[in-house]
Amino acid sequence: MHPADNPLVSHPRKAGRLRVIWNNLRKAAEPFTESALALVPIVLVVAFFQFLVLKQPIPNMGKMLWGLLEVLLGLALFVRGLQMALFPIGEEMAYNFVRKGNLWWLLVFAFALGFGTTVAEPALIAISEEAARIAASGQVIADTIEAKGSYAIGLRLTVALAVGIALVVGVFRILKGWPVQYLIITGYFGVVIMTFFAPPEIIGIAYDSGGVTTSTVTVPLVAALGIGLAHTIHGRDPLIDGFGLIAFASLTPMIFVMAFGMLV
Amino acid sequence: MEGVMHFGATLLTMLRDVAPIAAILFGFQALVLRKKIKNPARVAMGMVLVLLGLTMFLEGLEMALFPVGRLMAQQLTAPEFIYGSETVVTGAVQWFDFLWIYAFAAAIGFATTVAEPALLAVAIKANQVSGGTITVRGLRFAVASGVAVGVAVGAFRIVTGTPLHWYIISGYIVVIIQTIWASKLIIPLAYDSGGVTTSTVTVPLVAALGLGLAETIPGRSPILDGFGLIAFASLFPIIAVMAYAQIGEYRAKRLKRRNTQK
Repeated sequence: MHPADNPLVSHPRKAGRLRVIWNNLRKAAEPFTESALALVPIVLVVAFFQFLVLKQPIPNMGKMLWGLLEVLLGLALFVRGLQMALFPIGEEMAYNFVRKGNLWWLLVFAFALGFGTTVAEPALIAISEEAARIAASGQVIADTIEAKGSYAIGLRLTVALAVGIALVVGVFRILKGWPVQYLIITGYFGVVIMTFFAPPEIIGIAYDSGGVTTSTVTVPLVAALGIGLAHTIHGRDPLIDGFGLIAFASLTPMIFVMAFGMLV
Repeated sequence: MEGVMHFGATLLTMLRDVAPIAAILFGFQALVLRKKIKNPARVAMGMVLVLLGLTMFLEGLEMALFPVGRLMAQQLTAPEFIYGSETVVTGAVQWFDFLWIYAFAAAIGFATTVAEPALLAVAIKANQVSGGTITVRGLRFAVASGVAVGVAVGAFRIVTGTPLHWYIISGYIVVIIQTIWASKLIIPLAYDSGGVTTSTVTVPLVAALGLGLAETIPGRSPILDGFGLIAFASLFPIIAVMAYAQIGEYRAKRLKRRNTQK
């Protein structure tokens, strides 16, 4: 996309009235075209496998079309809201923290954001309950409701702690300007070493827990926070230093969950 | 009426998920930073749009895609479809009996990732920050191709029953080798794209596929082997995004060389 076509930046241009109306229409339609594009592959995949491979009609076509319309509208609204609220808040808070000049509060905020958004994450709750069942059937813990409950909560707190620490490390990295790959690759070695010592039944869950921690609301916020910090701090590049927070948040849970599996 | 009730319930769940985030943001803003937010009305409106948008998105998926996607995952992994009869062939499972499943795994991985809102958010931000050199569509398609390969390989792993960690460790080695030669502008974004791929759309469908597959194949435990597909889906995009940038650089270099030769 050429910068001038970027819908996120307003470009005052001298143009005729028709041109202005056309541009505004295009701008208004932009989120819809992007979300429509998002749906094309999924509709094609469903149609192909349903008609050609499984050779079955699609049940309840009307309901399906209505649902697709809702998905389309929802995604467009989400993108609009993103640009009105989540992106500006993340960047503004980053700016304010740097202006305030208090490193400790920034790190406390990073931890609170990571821990707070993860501990209540529905996907994580589901996975930790599943994990408790596995542990009980493998006789790692007693097969009682209390034992499974405390195991599941322990696991949830472990992952939330891991994400909190990940954001603290990630924010600290932005402040220092360290290259992200050294830290992440060190983390990879941590994961590999832990894999050989962790009990086998926890490994699958540990590897998966990295992926499920970052929810749809957290991701834009954390991305905006990182980019805001990189923008505000002198000498940091938003592309090189601003991204990377999410990478930490999906790496540390693996290590922490394996450690949890070894301790319990 | 029933639809309205259901929508309300989904909205409440969304609200419950977003409440702690909002509390942390406004708590710090009010108590620590002691600053008023710029354009509070606009931000509040944006928050409402995010909530409403995600609720509609989830409702629509639940209505249109999740049921049929889950059903398809079940049907494709059912023994009748794979073996052509109800009698499960005992003995060794041949990995090539499952070609349709690998194709489905790749297709559903790709399609759900393209529709993932969190990825769209990061792509918009990356486009903004890079001044347009990273395109929203390019990044989304690169990440989606990574997930496609990842989920297909993950399905292959469940079929063959080989240990998960060997695949993941090999993936790490590829990432490290690529990192050595990758432009440092793309590395952080590539690493990030591993984490953003797996949320609202991808996880339910991919998990249904893994579970169905592990239930059908004799000797696989649905709980133990059903897990692990998400790990693949968050590793391969890192490789794909770096490869996308590296191929782009290579082509630009070749073009430049050709132009200077003329």
